[in-house]
Amino acid sequence: MSFNAVITWWTENTRLIELLVDSLWETLVMVFTSGFIGFAVGIPLGVLLHLSKKNGLLENTSINKILGIVVNIGRSIPFIILLVALIPVTRFIVGSSIGTAAAIVPLTIGAIPFIARLVEGALLEVPSGLVEAAQAMGAKPMQIIKKVLLPEALPGIINAVTITLVTLVGYSAMAGTVGGGGLGDVGIRYGYQRFDATVMMITIVILVILVQMIQSLGDHLVKRVDHR
Amino acid sequence: MIEIKNVNKVFYQGNKAINALSDINLTIEQGTIFGVIGSSGAGKSTLIRCVNLLERPTSGQVIVDGVDLTALSEQELTQTRRKIGMIFQHFNLLSSRTVFNNVALPLELAGVAKNKIKSKVEDLLELVGLADKRDVYPANLSGGQKQRVAIARALASDPKVLLCDEATSALDPATTISILELLRKINEELNLTILLITHEMAVVKGICQEVAIIGDGKLVENGTVGDIFAHPKTDLARDFIRSTLDLSIPADYEARLHATRTENSYPLIRLEFTGASVDAPVISHVAREFDIDISILSSNMDYVGGVKFGLMLAEFIGPEACANKAIQYLKEQKIELEVLGYVI
Ligand SMILES: Nc1ncnc2c1ncn2[C@@H]1O[C@H](COP(=O)(O)OP(=O)(O)O)[C@@H](O)[C@H]1O
Ligand SMILES: [Mg+2]
Repeated sequence: MSFNAVITWWTENTRLIELLVDSLWETLVMVFTSGFIGFAVGIPLGVLLHLSKKNGLLENTSINKILGIVVNIGRSIPFIILLVALIPVTRFIVGSSIGTAAAIVPLTIGAIPFIARLVEGALLEVPSGLVEAAQAMGAKPMQIIKKVLLPEALPGIINAVTITLVTLVGYSAMAGTVGGGGLGDVGIRYGYQRFDATVMMITIVILVILVQMIQSLGDHLVKRVDHR
Repeated sequence: MIEIKNVNKVFYQGNKAINALSDINLTIEQGTIFGVIGSSGAGKSTLIRCVNLLERPTSGQVIVDGVDLTALSEQELTQTRRKIGMIFQHFNLLSSRTVFNNVALPLELAGVAKNKIKSKVEDLLELVGLADKRDVYPANLSGGQKQRVAIARALASDPKVLLCDEATSALDPATTISILELLRKINEELNLTILLITHEMAVVKGICQEVAIIGDGKLVENGTVGDIFAHPKTDLARDFIRSTLDLSIPADYEARLHATRTENSYPLIRLEFTGASVDAPVISHVAREFDIDISILSSNMDYVGGVKFGLMLAEFIGPEACANKAIQYLKEQKIELEVLGYVI
């Protein structure tokens, strides 16, 4: 495709381009809203999972067991099934089961246990000696969480955030198929149903670039905060 | 300053009970540097962790500065721990904080004002000789420097007691000496009571005034370092003392060593001087009196707490009868002798 051909294609397809821009925006809204709510719930949940473990800072095996089971159930349901199964819940919360806002509900609920386990893993990497040292200096449990555990696990938590956002980009494409809109929806409607390979390729390229950008930004931030 | 009374600690691994500490009693006076020595698994870490209740004793009392820690509530304990500093074998510095912010942490925890933290931390970094590293992250420090930061951090809340759990075990010998010197300095300047545990007798010899020997969760022996070195009562104590002096036979001697005496071979003798040995210039005396030549191969003599002790490897060169008389005489002087063989 020469430069001129691109220009011609561009002017002839303004409607398609508008559609792509809109659906990119929908994808971003779905990914970042569900990501944001997911972190707000999933990170504390991950911290709680870590603290309530046997020999943890706030050991409570029954809470740990219950949370663990809930998280495992969330993790084991395939996202596509979650998407359908949650329709009544979505309708109750959002008022409708189609559209971008509706897609955010299953995306968020799918993301929470995922984030919780990743954060738990990041906290597990913090050497237990650091917590002991803080206890020995007279740190209260809240102080240990805020000043030792979270700062020391920060590189791992940022990594978890990156992985989650990338996963949500993929999930949001699935959500698109049940009326959520977004790039995945466009890709499937044009590419799969209308055999328009160009549009499908364009959506794929945009998704690849989006994932690349999220990953690079995440890696960059990890590098900046990691002093280990 | 520290009183450990009838302390027991039992760990359970499944149904198996491990008696990590059995009825430990110890009193550590204000201002002393007290060493606890024992081999790996003896219960040293458990003991020192019982002093600030990182490990709660199964039974018994731990009294620090007149306060029975085992009777405190969780909150009171948190407050009291601020007066007990602790350093560790693996330093346990926060990798996310610079040297300055690591030392500032205990002050932040106690809610000290920013400007006060700044001057306090700068003083402490000066004290441990790391003023120029204030903005460096721990990952870029050597082991010795990390331990200095840990010491500064432990001193930040003006503790009365410093607990050292194998604080030099991850360091090379030269760095160990410099860290021990720093500990001695703060002991003198701040009149700080130091309890340190180690598996190296050299550390005890280096800075401790008093020592306790722990084996298999039991306190085997304790007293002033001089006393223990001069009159070790138990095999465990003797083993630790010997471990500081280990002398081995050079390989080429080993090759020339025979079990029986022949025409022109001479005995290779290992002499052990202990606190019980007669304190006199015996070697030159023996050489003169029994008309033999004594060739010292290697020797490791030390002077701790007014007592000379150590090991020596020497050849006794001369007629067999003379050498035997010399050996007999030395034995009478309470020097432990062993003929290792005969060198051609
Ligand atoms: N948390 C624990 N659970 C079970 N056993 C333990 C625990 N901590 C220590 N022990 C056991 O207690 C004994 C003493 O350990 P420790 O105090 O660490 O010895 P040291 O520091 O002298 O090497 C060892 O047998 C060890 O296995
Ligand atoms: Mg230990």
